[in-house]
Amino acid sequence: MATDSNEILEQVTQSEYKYGFYTDIETEFAPKGLDENTIRYISAKKEEPEWMLEFRLKAFRHWQQLPEPEWAHLHYPKIDYQDAYYYAAPKPKKELQSLDEVDPELLETFNKLGISLEEQKRLAGVAVDAVIDSVSVKTTFQDTLAKHGIIFCSFSEAVRNHPELVRKYMGTVVPYTDNFFAALNSAVFSDGSFVYIPKGVRCPLELSTYFRINAANTGQFERTLIVADEGSYVSYMEGCTAPMRDENQLHAAIVEIITLDNAEVKYSTVQNWYPGDKDGNGGIYNFVTKRGLCKGRNSKISWTQVETGSAITWKYPSCVLMGDNSVGEFYSVAVTNHFQQADTGTKMIHIGKNTRSTIISKGISAGRSNNSYRGLVKILPGATNARNFSQCDSLLLGDQCGAHTFPYIEAKNESSIVEHEATTSKISEDQLFYCNQRGIDTEKAIGLIVNGYAKEVLNKLPMEFAVEAQKLLSISLEGSVG
Amino acid sequence: MLLNIKNLHVAIDGKEIIKGLNLGINYGEVHAIMGPNGTGKSTLAAAITGREGYEITEGEIWYKGENIVEMEPDERANKGIFLSFQYPVEIPGVSMTNFMRTAVNAKREYNGQAPISAAEFLKLMEEKKKLVDMHAKLTNRSVNEGFSGGEKKRNEIFQMAMLEPTLAILDETDSGLDIDALKIVARGVNQLRSDKNAFLIITHYQRLLEYIVPDFVHVLYDGRIVKSGGKNLALELEEKGYEWLKEYSLA
Repeated sequence: MATDSNEILEQVTQSEYKYGFYTDIETEFAPKGLDENTIRYISAKKEEPEWMLEFRLKAFRHWQQLPEPEWAHLHYPKIDYQDAYYYAAPKPKKELQSLDEVDPELLETFNKLGISLEEQKRLAGVAVDAVIDSVSVKTTFQDTLAKHGIIFCSFSEAVRNHPELVRKYMGTVVPYTDNFFAALNSAVFSDGSFVYIPKGVRCPLELSTYFRINAANTGQFERTLIVADEGSYVSYMEGCTAPMRDENQLHAAIVEIITLDNAEVKYSTVQNWYPGDKDGNGGIYNFVTKRGLCKGRNSKISWTQVETGSAITWKYPSCVLMGDNSVGEFYSVAVTNHFQQADTGTKMIHIGKNTRSTIISKGISAGRSNNSYRGLVKILPGATNARNFSQCDSLLLGDQCGAHTFPYIEAKNESSIVEHEATTSKISEDQLFYCNQRGIDTEKAIGLIVNGYAKEVLNKLPMEFAVEAQKLLSISLEGSVG
Repeated sequence: MLLNIKNLHVAIDGKEIIKGLNLGINYGEVHAIMGPNGTGKSTLAAAITGREGYEITEGEIWYKGENIVEMEPDERANKGIFLSFQYPVEIPGVSMTNFMRTAVNAKREYNGQAPISAAEFLKLMEEKKKLVDMHAKLTNRSVNEGFSGGEKKRNEIFQMAMLEPTLAILDETDSGLDIDALKIVARGVNQLRSDKNAFLIITHYQRLLEYIVPDFVHVLYDGRIVKSGGKNLALELEEKGYEWLKEYSLA
């Protein structure tokens, strides 16, 4: 009769990571290892001003004092920080004036990834910043954006061309003292994206950064800073992939968002770093600090993430709700399969009056993976009438995976209302058979059911991303039922 | 012959439920299987559709000329076997439209056809919804989620109409239905009846058979068919109950 579903699980979890190719591009590396000289090398390579180098060195000296955190529900061998490259850039590293100057190999890489850097061929409405290894190679649509006074460029360009903005906001949401990986990033970050939306401007395009790790033994440390001035709005998307390699690679990024009065930022991520093979070899260590500061009144920051990649994911996109009536949202789908581990969630820090936050987290675990939700809702004494609603659902596929929920709630204002709901479920045999009986095979059925389960979150993604995310969910889980 | 079941034995967790069942169904026929609870009616439906956990220990199920005992359930479905579930399951977040489109396309793919176009599909949905008086809004909702008992059963018949099976098995489709819903379901089935398909109606009561008139009625008792007859057998059962059949099963 029907094949035992565990067998199906075995068969279909062989699916390949389709972004696992490596491009042979001439690459320039910093000397291996990490000391003050590495940092000076990076800063010099980027022709940075003195204040930037100072910032890096302060961060580095602080980092050296810090122990690596061990509180997450993650298991991995100790990382040797001296055994990696901290700077890798595709050669030749010169200022690119037009697309014709971009290395054709690089263009081909991004075409393979489905990211066209040729503006005329892009879907209308998306501007892209492409970051490969350590360096931003191309930002599209800069002219169109400039007409609205919008700045969208690589972080290095921002340091050179808009130092006053960078100095004013960098490190104000995630100081280098924040945590181990934030300190490391602040010391060695190589590039990333910078966005500034001026007062009252509604950004006419979706902004997007595409991150790609290519070189071996290289960490990627990018930094993104988004500033939305009063009454402005922007939707920002981030995608990531990496080649398949047997060794683990470190990715430690920082994203800072600042919204002033009445401004809104919507930040969407589809994270698909190489997750390692089905036996747990290789894959990206994704240690990321993402935080938004709702600095102004009535401002809003909304995080949406679909996390399917990485061997280890450690990230908690958070909102500090400082302005009165400000709103923070976190919508997450995290999928783990094989030996992947994810410890992800959010922090909602309510400081201002009438601040509101919503957390919807959907964890899906398969294979022998572990998926944890970790969230903090903190209501400070001044946050009168603060409200939070959290919903954390876990879906288990098979009987060798784990789902964990670690909710922390600290309410210091009596007028606040904090609600937390949590469920754990399995895809039922009944649901699968029902689909099978309608002619839908088990693999497709799982895709259908999981997408249905995650729909609440997927609906929050911009159109361009939603379709990709849906496919990704099905692919990541192919056959993983027991 | 469309379906030919020979000496079928089915066990669940090692316990034999069906104990040597024989049944033949030709194109164009409607067969009813009746019998008290726990005699193996739903087990028979599960065995024909290939549900996991229903172990066929002996016997054969011939369908369109091949023994399907080892065939996967989705392949059986794509070959035209449809089950109207006694307890349709809910699939949160998956709209009926999306679900049906996936099912229709799975069948088309199996038959080497291109996927149905959006316009064509919507037209098909509209047409089939009328057949069972489905409210337009139901197809926008998640599969069976928040449907009333009657709506779920109507939804099963709607799906049947969409997939146009060769062999449709209705497992206690009448249970929990009020008389109006029963009539709607029966009307749907009657309109789909043709000489190119066949129905196997599993029911506890003869009530449904007043509206869907069967060609044959079989009584299932303790894992075997103990008596077969025409539509009048259903009335006889209604009158006398099932007690008198015990002697047949012991014989």
